[in-house]
Amino acid sequence: MSKILIRGAKVLGGEPQDVLIDGQTIAEVGVGLSDEGAEVVEAAGKVLLPGLVDLHTHLREPGREDSETVLTGTRAAASGGYTAVFAMANTFPVADTAGVVEQVYRLGREHGYCDVQPIGAVTVGLEGRKLAELGAMYESAAGVTVFSDDGKCVDDAVIMRRALEYVKAFGGVVAQHAQEPRLTEGAQMNEGVVSAELGLGGWPAVAEESIIARDVLLAEHVGSRVHICHLSTAGSVEIVRWAKSRGIDVTAEVTPHHLLLTDELVRSYNPVYKVNPPLRTERDVLALREALADGTIDIVATDHAPHPHEDKDCEWAAAAMGMVGLETALSVVQETMVDTGLLDWAGVADRMSVKPAGIGRARGHGRPVSAGEPANLTLVDTAYRGPVEPAGFASRSRNTPYEGRELPGRVTHTWLRGKATLVDGKLT
Amino acid sequence: MQRHLISAADLTRDDAVLILDTAEEMARVADRPIKKLPTLRGRTVVNLFFEDSTRTRISFEAAEKRLSADVINFTAKGSSVSKGESLKDTAQTLEAMGVDAVVIRHGASGAPYRLANSGWIDAAVINAGDGTHQHPTQALLDAFTMRRRLVGRDAGLGQDLAGRRITLVGDILHSRVARSNVDLLHTLGAEVTLVAPPTLVPVGVETWPCEVSYDLDSTLAKSDAVMLLRVQRERMNAAFFPTEREYSRRYGLDGDRMARMPEHAIVMHPGPMVRGMEITAGVADSDRCTAIEQVANGVSIRMAVLYLLLGGNEPAVTHTRTTEEK
Repeated sequence: MSKILIRGAKVLGGEPQDVLIDGQTIAEVGVGLSDEGAEVVEAAGKVLLPGLVDLHTHLREPGREDSETVLTGTRAAASGGYTAVFAMANTFPVADTAGVVEQVYRLGREHGYCDVQPIGAVTVGLEGRKLAELGAMYESAAGVTVFSDDGKCVDDAVIMRRALEYVKAFGGVVAQHAQEPRLTEGAQMNEGVVSAELGLGGWPAVAEESIIARDVLLAEHVGSRVHICHLSTAGSVEIVRWAKSRGIDVTAEVTPHHLLLTDELVRSYNPVYKVNPPLRTERDVLALREALADGTIDIVATDHAPHPHEDKDCEWAAAAMGMVGLETALSVVQETMVDTGLLDWAGVADRMSVKPAGIGRARGHGRPVSAGEPANLTLVDTAYRGPVEPAGFASRSRNTPYEGRELPGRVTHTWLRGKATLVDGKLT
Repeated sequence: MQRHLISAADLTRDDAVLILDTAEEMARVADRPIKKLPTLRGRTVVNLFFEDSTRTRISFEAAEKRLSADVINFTAKGSSVSKGESLKDTAQTLEAMGVDAVVIRHGASGAPYRLANSGWIDAAVINAGDGTHQHPTQALLDAFTMRRRLVGRDAGLGQDLAGRRITLVGDILHSRVARSNVDLLHTLGAEVTLVAPPTLVPVGVETWPCEVSYDLDSTLAKSDAVMLLRVQRERMNAAFFPTEREYSRRYGLDGDRMARMPEHAIVMHPGPMVRGMEITAGVADSDRCTAIEQVANGVSIRMAVLYLLLGGNEPAVTHTRTTEEK
């Protein structure tokens, strides 16, 4: 593999530097590096970040290839600046055996756009009753360390306790989709002023918060680490803040859409805004931003959830929950966190690459941009601002809530172990 | 007037009064030997009912036929919908047959809004009840009934319901009738109080333009109308209230409670009534209960809405002209 010189990039938003990639690794970082024998990428004014890592992606393969495949999903990831994604287990068949996780893992490697690290189901068939063979998935070629029944909550306190304890044997983590099922029967949107008016079934904040409260106490009791998926309420922030202050080993993620959008949008009854957990209120949005800035929330994760057009082109109650996010995540984070002054680019690198790689134990990702490190990098034109155009998405699905919305920032280049997956905004 | 009728909240005071006044004109047609107007001749209206509701459908159908519209009834049961066809495809299929208006009843809140605003079809959309969201023609016929009884048939023309005190009792949480009535009655200047056990009041009600009380007895003496909403027996299985008996003791309207209402005050019910639950048979059958009148008024109101949305500039009722029109 030849050499690539990225010239004049603001590394983590700092002073302009040159970064020389040689083969799969970063050979040198400095000012005025020689471009001899290297392909030059002019990066003046752009920000260079470690390749982004998404701890929460739905790739849909196997089973729902009409909405996304490992290939289209990883192309979308590369397009959004990601070099590693964690694929959720709610496929058909469910990723609850070594066989399924190995298949997903291998597909990611074969396609070569982005590393795919499968997440294993906590329970067989996501049914919440019987532990899946967590150890077998860990020992498989996929080396699974993150386990989640995402889409469903592990609501049985005993099963959750056992899972938290069991994965300690191999340094695993349980990622909880916090949703008390009885409190959310028939739930369609955030329960509050807007749901009262629209006559849509309410998804109360307490259904999330009560599970998080229980799970941080369980994690404390058994001395395990726990990860909270897509935290969405101000109350959840308070609980996680309290848990961290007690020394409980808890991490939490927030999605880009929960940093930007509120339940007021549901007034359109347009299912493109239907997502689980639901869009909350302005107060929640502000609390989530603040928590991501102060580190209470550790990471941004997309919850990229592709759905075919017909599953959104219908009445609200009949529509599927979820939105695609890989190709807009960094823009939304720039809009809500960087341009608002809450986070600098080093902070973005931390929340979108370093920390998620750490939680998921993704080797070779989330590393410093320095000599000797794997060349997993993403280059961002932060001065760009323009409307989101779903027609140009690499994802097979178009269910974005941002169609036509002006957002800042555009990923121009992505390198996975020195190989360009995105050049000048075009997939290779 | 807007092109569609989706929510009672979309109506201005003047829109609403115009509909009520037009309905009074329509009501006179019912007194004629031939109860029919040529207004919508050649126009096609489809009653698209995804939810069983014989009364509402028949009311719309009667209104459409009295206006001489061509009527198509489409019910979801046994149709392509039960075989998995989407709302969009169903609506587009019907429109391809040349439909001018769609009267839709749907179990999903917001389905009529989607139909009117997604670019799926061009026809006018009239909401005949969607999920637990809205049922605007019900609110209009209720307001019409109140105006007639509390203000007067002729005296009411051009008037709203300013200062009238209306109490709605029952399952507010699951009621599209309650939501529509709160919106419309507020627009018409009435003071609305909702009465229910706290379990049947939605979280978020505090922004509604009304009062909320958990005590029926304290509201009776200051009510010009008490409207009872149907309480489904199944609700008690979901712990909304302990038993049917306890509900009716605390929130049911019986003779004793009715006697504590002001003499002029009326008892209303959108139907179907659950006798012995929210209303006793004695109250339901008394002169003060307007349930049957509401049904008759429903036809007039739906005629008025169809005429105003579809009829264009033609006068609804041809009067004998005594003066030259300008």
